[in-house]
Amino acid sequence: MALQQFLEFEKPVVELEKKIEELKQTALGEKADSAGHISCLSEIERLSAEAKKLQEDIFSNLTPWQIMQLARHPLRPYTLDYTQRVFTDFIELHGDRNFRDDPAIVGGLAMLENEPVMVIGHQKGRTAKEKVFRNFGMPNPEGYRKAIRLMSMAERLKKPIITFIDTPGAFPGIGAEERGQAEAIAKNIMVMSRLKVPIIVAVIGEGGSGGALAIGVGDRVLMLEYSTYSVISPEGCAAILWKDGSKADVAARALKMTAKDLYRLEISDEIIKEPLGGAHQDIETMAKTLKEALVRLLQDLRKFSQDELLDMRYKKYREMGKFYEAVI
Amino acid sequence: MLLKKEVDSSVRPEGKRVRVPRGLWVKCEFCGEIIYKKEIEKNLDVCPKCNYHFKINAQRRLSLIFDEGSFIEFDERLESVDVLDFKDMKKYKDRLKSSQKTLLRKDALLCGEGQVNGQKTMAAAFEFEFMGGSMGSVVGEKISRLIERAIDKNCSVIIFSSSGGARMQEGIFSLMQMAKTCAALGKFRKAGLPYISVLLDPTMGGVTASFAMLGDIIIAEPKALIGFAGPRVIEQTIRQKLPEGFQRAEYLLEHGVIDMIVEREDMKDTLGKLLKMLAPY
Ligand SMILES: [Zn+2]
Repeated sequence: MALQQFLEFEKPVVELEKKIEELKQTALGEKADSAGHISCLSEIERLSAEAKKLQEDIFSNLTPWQIMQLARHPLRPYTLDYTQRVFTDFIELHGDRNFRDDPAIVGGLAMLENEPVMVIGHQKGRTAKEKVFRNFGMPNPEGYRKAIRLMSMAERLKKPIITFIDTPGAFPGIGAEERGQAEAIAKNIMVMSRLKVPIIVAVIGEGGSGGALAIGVGDRVLMLEYSTYSVISPEGCAAILWKDGSKADVAARALKMTAKDLYRLEISDEIIKEPLGGAHQDIETMAKTLKEALVRLLQDLRKFSQDELLDMRYKKYREMGKFYEAVI
Repeated sequence: MLLKKEVDSSVRPEGKRVRVPRGLWVKCEFCGEIIYKKEIEKNLDVCPKCNYHFKINAQRRLSLIFDEGSFIEFDERLESVDVLDFKDMKKYKDRLKSSQKTLLRKDALLCGEGQVNGQKTMAAAFEFEFMGGSMGSVVGEKISRLIERAIDKNCSVIIFSSSGGARMQEGIFSLMQMAKTCAALGKFRKAGLPYISVLLDPTMGGVTASFAMLGDIIIAEPKALIGFAGPRVIEQTIRQKLPEGFQRAEYLLEHGVIDMIVEREDMKDTLGKLLKMLAPY
């Protein structure tokens, strides 16, 4: 487990690991094969097993708010971390051809095994400077317009589309409103519902509301184990409904926003298991698991004709929602 | 037949924000002017001083555009269920009950079909007083059914939106109503039928970012607040003062977001003319 950046609930594990680290130092100081050295080694072994057990316990009982923190973890892999590992030959394409290139959404062509696909995803920044450059993964209308440009191209050239969702939401700004943020989102949702190629959506981090859905309409919706997807951020929800932004943990629970919740509510089709401790603990394994799922699902979607695909997609969204209708 | 019901055409005082003595006077939400209630009623609930168009209920809204006796309501029995067992400071169930009781409506949307100056159309109007006109499963379902009916009957659609956005108490289901309604509109477009979206004060969030912004023609009432993010959220995010008139209908017209602004008294005639010219048959 990376010691530099850990979350509050990981503290017990981190402390154990510190102890193990100290013991390792002590062991180095002892003469090899000495009694002290051997007892150190057995203690290290014991503590390591304990640490793993503890981590497993913690991670099997995470609260929705803790999962939210993992979804937003500063080391969490972002879209461009996956484009490098899940695909080969990723060639990024830029701009909406109208206003500017929005770095909060990236997209381009890539090979998934032996098949060319269009990949599009939200992109957050890692360093302070990058974060600002990527606008914290909050797209402006031109980001969504770039995305739909690339998706329409993919449709025309018969390439499947894979999208990665990871955004706090669409950017709330003056320019964004002036350039039609709502229209850009609405248009994407409508167009995606009718694109004649397979679309797989993977929520890799934060699925923030309409800003996520704007590249999130597809035939299969996957969620990484510690990703979230919700109609509003827990902080926003708490501020409005509880009149207290600090009640975010309560709101996170109420909103039912974890991968497990969404699978149970039949909004997401599959949960992709993350390495112990979260995707950032082992990006290579995470990418491999994700790739396997994408390849398998794409294979599966290949079986359907264009019309079947569109009918299926329409029905999928048409059936979402619960209500009661009295019969007389 | 909705219009045959007893209709109370008086202005319902606009929620808690308006504190005026004895119900004889109302305060304009926009300019603050205190106006004699009778006067504003005669004026279609439009402020005589600043031309702000007061919120009116869904029934009144549709009665202002449909020809007398032509309206048939659809899906009035659809009712929300509390799937997530949601409770904030109040239970969602209780919020629903209290809105249903005061507004005599099952949820935040009224829809049906009728004629506008002899032009047949399907139409929906939001009940803003019902949980801020928020869109949950019922609103999404009713809009989708309305659009699908219109496809079946080769008919146009008009939606009068007035909504705070998605209904948080229904969590992800409310978000997915955006996808559901937009998908229905995608089909509707393919069928070659016209859709007119009318934006009223206020239209925000997930409603704006779905069917409300997808009109072939987008009309707004004067001074209506229309946007994706709320002005307060924007101000807090960018820590700047917002420009004068920001997110108001006039501002959006200038920025090319909507087609036109139409006064309440001209709405019926404008819609009638548009429907006539857009009619697919
Ligand atoms: Zn006024």
